[in-house]
Amino acid sequence: MKYDYVIIGNSAGGIGCVEAIRELDIDSSVLVISAEKYHTYSRALIPYYLDGKIEFEKMYYRPPDFYDRMDVDTKLGVRATRVDVERKRVLLENGEEIEYGKLLIATGGKPFIPPMDGLGGQNNVFTFLKMDDVLGVERGLKDARKVVVLGGGIIGLMASEVLARKGLDVKVVELADRVLAPVVDETTSRIIEKKFQENGVEIILNNTISRVVGEERVEKVILRDGREIDTDMLIVAVGVVPNTEVVKDTPIKVNRGIVVNRKMETSVKDVYACGDCAEIYDFVFGSNRVLPLWPTAYTGGRIAGFNMVGREREYNLATSMNAMHFFDYYIINAGLNVPNDSEEFEVIYRLEGDSYRKFALKDGRIAGFIIAGKMERAGIFLKLMEEGIDVSAFKDKLLKENFGFIDIPEPVRWKLLEDKVKLGVVREL
Amino acid sequence: MAKIRIVSKPEVCIGCHLCEVWCTVAHSKSKDIIKAFLYEQPRAQPRVVVEEELPETYALQCRHCNEPKCVAACIAGALYKDDDGVVIHDEEKCVACYSCIMACPYGAIRINLETKKPLKCDLCRGLDHPYCVKYCPNNALEIVVEAEEFV
Ligand SMILES: Cc1cc2nc3c(=O)[nH]c(=O)nc-3n(C[C@H](O)[C@H](O)[C@H](O)COP(=O)(O)OP(=O)(O)OC[C@H]3O[C@@H](n4cnc5c(N)ncnc54)[C@H](O)[C@@H]3O)c2cc1C
Ligand code: SF4
Ligand code: SF4
Repeated sequence: MKYDYVIIGNSAGGIGCVEAIRELDIDSSVLVISAEKYHTYSRALIPYYLDGKIEFEKMYYRPPDFYDRMDVDTKLGVRATRVDVERKRVLLENGEEIEYGKLLIATGGKPFIPPMDGLGGQNNVFTFLKMDDVLGVERGLKDARKVVVLGGGIIGLMASEVLARKGLDVKVVELADRVLAPVVDETTSRIIEKKFQENGVEIILNNTISRVVGEERVEKVILRDGREIDTDMLIVAVGVVPNTEVVKDTPIKVNRGIVVNRKMETSVKDVYACGDCAEIYDFVFGSNRVLPLWPTAYTGGRIAGFNMVGREREYNLATSMNAMHFFDYYIINAGLNVPNDSEEFEVIYRLEGDSYRKFALKDGRIAGFIIAGKMERAGIFLKLMEEGIDVSAFKDKLLKENFGFIDIPEPVRWKLLEDKVKLGVVREL
Repeated sequence: MAKIRIVSKPEVCIGCHLCEVWCTVAHSKSKDIIKAFLYEQPRAQPRVVVEEELPETYALQCRHCNEPKCVAACIAGALYKDDDGVVIHDEEKCVACYSCIMACPYGAIRINLETKKPLKCDLCRGLDHPYCVKYCPNNALEIVVEAEEFV
């Protein structure tokens, strides 16, 4: 079989690519391959489903007739095992070979499982990444009262919140000295730790699981400091690593993730990559890195799709960004995560009760920010960061809870409002 | 494809907030100003923001971007562009994660105080005319029709 465009991965990256291709080209043949058997779904909704906030059907990212409407073929539930770049073919686990004109690799991430003595094969150990994990956790919940979550990052904490709300006794074990350490600053970490404690979740810092006890089921975990915790379930959420197996032993360059340029091209012609499996240019960080985020995967797929059909586009605005919430406390952060006592950056912040705002400036430009508590209009800060606007003249206003464009002096304000997307301000002709 | 956008004219905006009032009415069940504010539960809320630092004021709402960042960011598939180029928010699918609030460069998405879900301008889909434009007493909001440029 030959397809003009073959996409490995049926999630944010793959779908972004399909939608971009079809915006420009309705005649070409497109195939989406996925190891998972499900219609495209959002793994980011796993916590919401388990929490009972959405029905199972709402996990689906696009409507049921999506593939028909997009006129794409699918092979769902079939793993791609290898890419043969010389013969331009994707080899599948069932022995099939698919020839491609252009190929997108959007295979995402796979869970990182740190070494723990005694771990292997127990049926009450889950990661929190896939539809099958959710279904497993859901089944396991029936007779679980206690759960240990390894990892105090975003996914571990989301899992912990949901399980705590379901009435389980939850303990989180985190190696660092605070939760969410790579993502937010210490002030924010402490606020979040307090929220969890108030809601009955114990957070154990500076520690990890060295051994698990139990044959068929994990019954107990033993921590590095010797402490023993009985448990009915273990959730491992210490992070995801790029899933680059399909390009192993190919000339496609892989660093931590698959290396791509700003057009999302890999080092091999006609092969593109995006999302959690790739390493892309971070405009704030100033170099390539893995940015395992939904918007980055989708946008990366979209940019790849444009380039695949011959419309040149670059992805120049990727950077770390997170919107998260724990026990109804909302946090948005983007760019660099700078400590408050930084020498290299000018840090301004305001903490009032639970409302926290902080900006790290470099040469007057925003290099990173955290907005926690009251969120409205946070996207304006991302815009200021993306446009590299010098905010020195109005930096105090950034800390206002109702900051808006009105706080940005003219003519910068009008430039921002008229720029790129023609904006609603009537210009003088 | 032609598309409509609402443009705002700060030079004639008098900061009366009537666009917010009428946006609320437009998104109420009854479409009746008195009922919308006094008797409807949950009470409808506006999707347009009036920015003001007197004497300067103007109203701002969703630009229905060609390449909407809110759509790219939405983890639930709750935001999408319909066939007319209008960016629509499906409240049923939305999980209130605020990725769209993080992504929208214009801060054009408001938050429903009761449901905590985002609210955004839908150009008064289903009504004859966007209410904010129709009822602005000083014509500070206007509809323009543009050719949708391709990026
Ligand atoms: C619980 C949870 C909550 C999250 N919340 C957020 C959030 O709020 N905001 C945010 O920005 N991000 C969030 N993320 C991260 C976000 O989900 C990922 O960044 C995003 O899913 C990456 O998309 P992707 O397309 O790169 O790959 P993935 O979503 O990982 O999908 C990979 C696809 O490739 C397929 N595949 C993999 N290997 C093969 C193979 N060999 N052959 C065939 N198919 C293959 C898989 O079946 C799948 O379809 C969350 C993640 C989790 C797990
Ligand atoms: S909500 Fe914001 S990002 Fe989305 S279309 Fe409107 S203006 Fe653009
Ligand atoms: S808050 Fe709702 S609409 Fe906005 S990104 Fe999240 S799910 Fe999508």
